[in-house]
Amino acid sequence: MSEFEIKTVTGETITPQALKEEMLKIYPAKTKRKREKQILSNDPELPPEIGANTRTIPGIITQRGCTYAGCKGVVLGPIHDIVHITHGPIGCAFYSWLSRRNLAKPVNKGDTNYLQYCMSTDMQEEEIVFGGEKKLAQACREAYALFKPRAIAIYSTCPVGLIGDDVHAVARKMSEELGINVCGFSCEGYKGVSQSAGHHIANNGVFKHMVGKLDMTHDNPFSINVLGEYNIGGDAWEIDTLLRKCGIHVVSTLSGDVNYDQVCSSHTANLNVVMCHRSINYMAQMMETKFGIPWFKVNFIGAAATAKSLRKIGQFFGDKGLIDRIEEVIAAEMAALAPIQKDVTSRTKGKKVALFVGGSRAHHYQDLFSDIGMETISAGYEFAHRDDYEGRAVLPTIKIDADSRNIEEIHVEADPQRYNPRKSPEQIAALEAGGFTFRDYDGMMKQMKKNSLVIDDISHHEMEKLIAICKPDVICSGIKDKFVIEKLGVPCKQLHSYDYGGPYAAFTGAANFYKEIDRLTSTKVWKFVVPPWKQNPELQATMAFGKAAAAEDLTPKRSMKAKNVEPAEEA
Amino acid sequence: MLDGTKAELTERTALRINPAKTCQPIGAMYAALGIHGCMPHSHGSQGCCAYHRSHLTRHYKEPVMATTSSFTEGSAVFGGLANLTTALQNIFSIYNPDVVAIHTTCLSEVIGDDIPTIIKKARDEGKVPEGKVVIHTNTPSFVGSHVTGFSNMVTSTIKYLAEKTGKTTDRLNVIPGYLDPSDILEIKRLLGILGVSSILLPDTSGVLDTGLDGNYTMFPKGGTTVEDIKSMGDSFATIACGHFASHAAATQLENQCNVPAGFLELPIGLTGTDRFINAVRQYATIDIPEAIEEERARLIDLMSDLHQYLHGKTVAIAGDPDHVIAMTQFLVDLDMKPKYIVTGTPGQFFERRIAEILKDSGSNATVKQFGDLFEMHQWIKNDPVDLIIGNTYNKHIARVENIPLIRFGFPILDRGTHRLFPTVGYTGAKRLIDEMVNALLDKKDRECDEQWFELIQ
Repeated sequence: MSEFEIKTVTGETITPQALKEEMLKIYPAKTKRKREKQILSNDPELPPEIGANTRTIPGIITQRGCTYAGCKGVVLGPIHDIVHITHGPIGCAFYSWLSRRNLAKPVNKGDTNYLQYCMSTDMQEEEIVFGGEKKLAQACREAYALFKPRAIAIYSTCPVGLIGDDVHAVARKMSEELGINVCGFSCEGYKGVSQSAGHHIANNGVFKHMVGKLDMTHDNPFSINVLGEYNIGGDAWEIDTLLRKCGIHVVSTLSGDVNYDQVCSSHTANLNVVMCHRSINYMAQMMETKFGIPWFKVNFIGAAATAKSLRKIGQFFGDKGLIDRIEEVIAAEMAALAPIQKDVTSRTKGKKVALFVGGSRAHHYQDLFSDIGMETISAGYEFAHRDDYEGRAVLPTIKIDADSRNIEEIHVEADPQRYNPRKSPEQIAALEAGGFTFRDYDGMMKQMKKNSLVIDDISHHEMEKLIAICKPDVICSGIKDKFVIEKLGVPCKQLHSYDYGGPYAAFTGAANFYKEIDRLTSTKVWKFVVPPWKQNPELQATMAFGKAAAAEDLTPKRSMKAKNVEPAEEA
Repeated sequence: MLDGTKAELTERTALRINPAKTCQPIGAMYAALGIHGCMPHSHGSQGCCAYHRSHLTRHYKEPVMATTSSFTEGSAVFGGLANLTTALQNIFSIYNPDVVAIHTTCLSEVIGDDIPTIIKKARDEGKVPEGKVVIHTNTPSFVGSHVTGFSNMVTSTIKYLAEKTGKTTDRLNVIPGYLDPSDILEIKRLLGILGVSSILLPDTSGVLDTGLDGNYTMFPKGGTTVEDIKSMGDSFATIACGHFASHAAATQLENQCNVPAGFLELPIGLTGTDRFINAVRQYATIDIPEAIEEERARLIDLMSDLHQYLHGKTVAIAGDPDHVIAMTQFLVDLDMKPKYIVTGTPGQFFERRIAEILKDSGSNATVKQFGDLFEMHQWIKNDPVDLIIGNTYNKHIARVENIPLIRFGFPILDRGTHRLFPTVGYTGAKRLIDEMVNALLDKKDRECDEQWFELIQ
């Protein structure tokens, strides 16, 4: 097999180092020094150390958002049967109102889906000056009077931290007064360097205030939680359906289409599988320590990846019936998918893709593209950490900087009553002896080709350079980049919102994605970009029809006859 | 859908539910995009900038460029001087705009960063190249709304840049308000027919409505140039459309450069457009060309042709105050009945002005400034309407109450073409009538008993 090479628009080979230099050369010295640590030529055997989860450089056009977005927007926002109150001026609540596609379907018809509501204390100058705690307490009372929710979650925005409102004290007081679970999240936007800090804060809060609150038993021993799956475009529903077909029961999905009881009883599952490692690995760790639930990484994006993940779950439970059922399901699903995959691959094979998104999708979606023969030339996350790139093996070597130190690491111990290791040390040893891995994320880089380009927190300028030099066939990114990329004549697939399409998870979702990429790479629209007079400016204009055809078309039927009578005239 | 919303009205003093507004900085960012070669800069956490860019992009479906100071906890404690200085150096080195227009956020406002001092320091340190312009406005999110932020940016732009040389030009300033690029183009088309030379500020046409030609330019052709903004101080007059978005800027210009200002409403609907055309006529001392009268007559013709379908129809309108005021006037012109009229933006002027418009209309409307869509929905539950007019956030109410929604204002997130068709001018009025009548007739055709399903209507 030939070595992987990145090609330029004109078909020449460009080394990742040269591409990187092109991206960096415009930067002022200090900016260049910081950015060069975040752009690397990949080596899957020994991934080089990447600068990740570091501060965004002011003035750089970044994809990143804030801590509030990670906490309320991503992790907690999808819980659909509790009230979410954003404490702050109106903007933060407004922008996180149904702007992520974490779809939800209430359990019973007529149950309130609180995701349709945007609730905020809408802080005014008076509260900024005199404090907003009273208004927040009153907002909780009003929300309770109107909706009688199961629980209320309160989210702090930037000014709340600065003026010193104690949202946790208000939450405690309101819990007592209203008799429901009210919990506060100190997820001020400026904490941390990206959304990632918000994920951690959300994990801590959900673990402290919700997980373990509802004990229950399950008839099905193959009961699992799918962690880090947010039901964008209905993905969680596809995964749920697939798992059910295999005989696996999903206790809770954190936090796509999840209700409060499911979150509170998630500690009763026998296994945690982790989709988005970045946003939820904390929860998996804490649940293992406190309740003895093992975890490992899965990926239900891509047919091959889905099959592999299902088999691993089967192997974990070690039940012959389950393993057989999983194989049957894989065989049936693969058989249904194969013709679509083959058909699409005939057109997409060899095309190039670059993915810059999130904390897991830029990795997961490489599997889907590889299903249809497309090659990833460059990829990177928006807000991931080194372990998401290089694998969890590097965790002990990650230096804790000032920004990470700001985020609470909660100390977790085994629950005196409910700690129950789902596998004995012997069983674990036996599984591991067979190559089975727990707590295992190898990261993006080990899966990417040698000499592909890894770019953390890609800037607008670097994206433009990548397109100018390499012009990939598809770029996966988000809404802020989409139209820049498309102005440059490259189709962009949004992987935050899926461009309002999907689902793309599991086998059925994979079919949707193959077709979508086929559409994007074969649409005529890109061919129309250059007008005909610019394609061949020196040639004479051609008409839609030849001269004779035009004359024929315009000739009334009656004279057609006449023409037939006198064919010689034309000759 | 919206199952938690009950008809029973209760007083709320603390909880905002389903707002009809957002925060100041997004308006400032949008206004700054209407300056040629301008990079809007958000001085605060990067989430603000990310949210604003995302939301503007969802509405305009165009690249929306802006930078941020990317505050972390350290900057929140020690102030944003270092971040803004670094940002300015990076912005000019990498993106090379003509102008950087800084707006604050609630974070930098609470910290109390003194932006002019930071800009001066950056200049002194050589972080701002010679000839480049840096302006700023204060946009505390806990005051007003996105419309206030828009107004503040336009006003500050004038404050920073407009100059009076003493030599009055033959140009008319138009401060058009928080409009889409297609609206700006329509206003320019009308001014072209009227033969009046003009400067529009801000002008997002040619910035947020560019075509797809395989090229990308961070700073497209459109936008008001710094040169033009400077010369606004020499124009013979200013017409400002909209009390909330535009009047402050015109007042600033009047005080600063003594340019007489005409304070109008948005040229949306018949009366709004008539007033605009008439004001241009008066200030520019011109005769109205026949072409304008023909356009107007076509609108009147349509109003007459379709009057029967609109007459007496009740409407709930929610949105930005200037838009809602202009739309209310148009509905009155059409003999429709505005019934619930809401803006999220605070300001008593709104209720006073709506009351004036409705005075002789026989409409007994509930009007609220600083209101929200949750309460409007409760009113609708108590007593429904025939139509809802507002942005995309009304779509849930429309669906659950089975009332057609006419998408109008900002933002429209679920339909792709509204941004391309103006709502201003006689042309825009025709389109609004088209949408309203079609929505009502589509509903009737979909739901009426078969014997009433008619081919011709």
